[in-house]
Amino acid sequence: MNRISAAADELGRSIMAGVEEMGKILLLFLSVVAWMFRPPLKARNILKQMEFVGVKSIFVVVLTGSFTGMVMALQSYHGFHMFSAESLVGSTVALGMTRELGPVLTALMVTARAGSAMAAELGTMRVTEQIDALYVMAANPVKHLIVPRVIAGVLMLPLLTVVSDFVGIIGGYFVGVHLLHINEGVFLKNITRMVDLNDLYNGLIKAACFGLILSVIGCYKGFNASGGAEGVGKATTDAVVFSSITILISDYFLTAIMF
Amino acid sequence: MIRLVDIHKSFGKQKVLDGLNLDIEDGKTTVIIGRSGGGKSVLLKHVIGLLKPDSGQVLIDDVDMTKLNERDLNEIRKRFGMLFQEAALFDSMTVGENVAFPLREHTKMTEKEIRQIVSDRLRSVGLTGVEEKMPSELSGGMKKRVGLARAIALRPEIVLFDEPTTGLDPVMTEAINQLIMDTQKNFNLTCIVISHDIESIFRIGHRIAMLYEGKIIEYGTPEVIRTSTDPVLVQFLSGSINGPIMIL
Repeated sequence: MNRISAAADELGRSIMAGVEEMGKILLLFLSVVAWMFRPPLKARNILKQMEFVGVKSIFVVVLTGSFTGMVMALQSYHGFHMFSAESLVGSTVALGMTRELGPVLTALMVTARAGSAMAAELGTMRVTEQIDALYVMAANPVKHLIVPRVIAGVLMLPLLTVVSDFVGIIGGYFVGVHLLHINEGVFLKNITRMVDLNDLYNGLIKAACFGLILSVIGCYKGFNASGGAEGVGKATTDAVVFSSITILISDYFLTAIMF
Repeated sequence: MIRLVDIHKSFGKQKVLDGLNLDIEDGKTTVIIGRSGGGKSVLLKHVIGLLKPDSGQVLIDDVDMTKLNERDLNEIRKRFGMLFQEAALFDSMTVGENVAFPLREHTKMTEKEIRQIVSDRLRSVGLTGVEEKMPSELSGGMKKRVGLARAIALRPEIVLFDEPTTGLDPVMTEAINQLIMDTQKNFNLTCIVISHDIESIFRIGHRIAMLYEGKIIEYGTPEVIRTSTDPVLVQFLSGSINGPIMIL
């Protein structure tokens, strides 16, 4: 009986800790929004972060996107071939990329790259007292460090997703038409027939939300790191895991609302 | 005048400050000594509002820091400069950008004026031509000197030093001590220094306070401290393992 109550106790504590953490993350988000509109804006910091999150992720996003499109074409071909419906491969790839895989996979790759960097950088600043130094110099760390990163996340993710969608569809085209010999005209016609701009736009809205999630969680974890190198390592891991899980869960709810 | 009145602070179950009372005199260097992990850095962080006490008051010219909102707290912070133990330089910025940071943040000076002041401050800590270097390229002693230049960029009235000479060789230690004394004298600063280095504290301190078990157990001029018969103080100053202070 004792073991059961101990386990229940443990579970209860974990849930409460989780809820408390979500609350703190929400408070940080509200603080970020408040500071975003207080001048002067640190344009240089913002642009620097946009370059880091956006421009420097392009290679990874192109690679992930194109191979995802290619494998989608390959896999869906096998299924559709059974019903002689190979002509639908193009639209399947395009819909899959714009609605789901573009936003989600891009967000996961950027989380792994930029989200972890945000946590690591802010965590290191925290344990080397650089964040205390900002407070001491009457400068607010949220404004200087976190706002630029969140803005970069929200603005750059949709742009990267567009790139991902585009190269994914091209990858799918290459595999479908040139390797699997699907009729090119039919392939392309079905894309334009079945995919409309809403699919793209909703995907980009999702991407912006994911950008917000990964940057706020990454910054939160880093900002609250403690305990030296191990603490920074833990913060970085937690940031990536927690962001990824939140992205996947919110993907469901966003999709349910939008589509 | 800075006054810490009946400060209590715990972290979880650990009581770090237990009814601490301390007055810091203006225009003098007050050195705080005490055991490692004894709460000296915690005390320093209370002075500048990085930590809030569980109870008690931190009075800066009779204004209670613990009751201020962030904006007013920031106004008071502009009167302070702080040199952190590892200098806490922003590693994404150059030395020049680090020292210029408070100037860019709080003044409307032109770039030319800022460059001039940065060069001035760096020169006063014995560094020239290092503006373009990154903190990672600097030695420990140089980092501390840049940290000090940044701390005095806005010509604050009060400067806090968290173990300024810990980890430095004897020559560098003396150089930093000399720097602290010169800067304090030239600008009539109120300095609060945390240190373990017994020789340094007698050298630079106008007043010395010993923190032990969360309280200030002895406070006075170097002479008073040197001739004190308090067994804890005697053991600490002589660096003996025999006495009331337990080795944990």
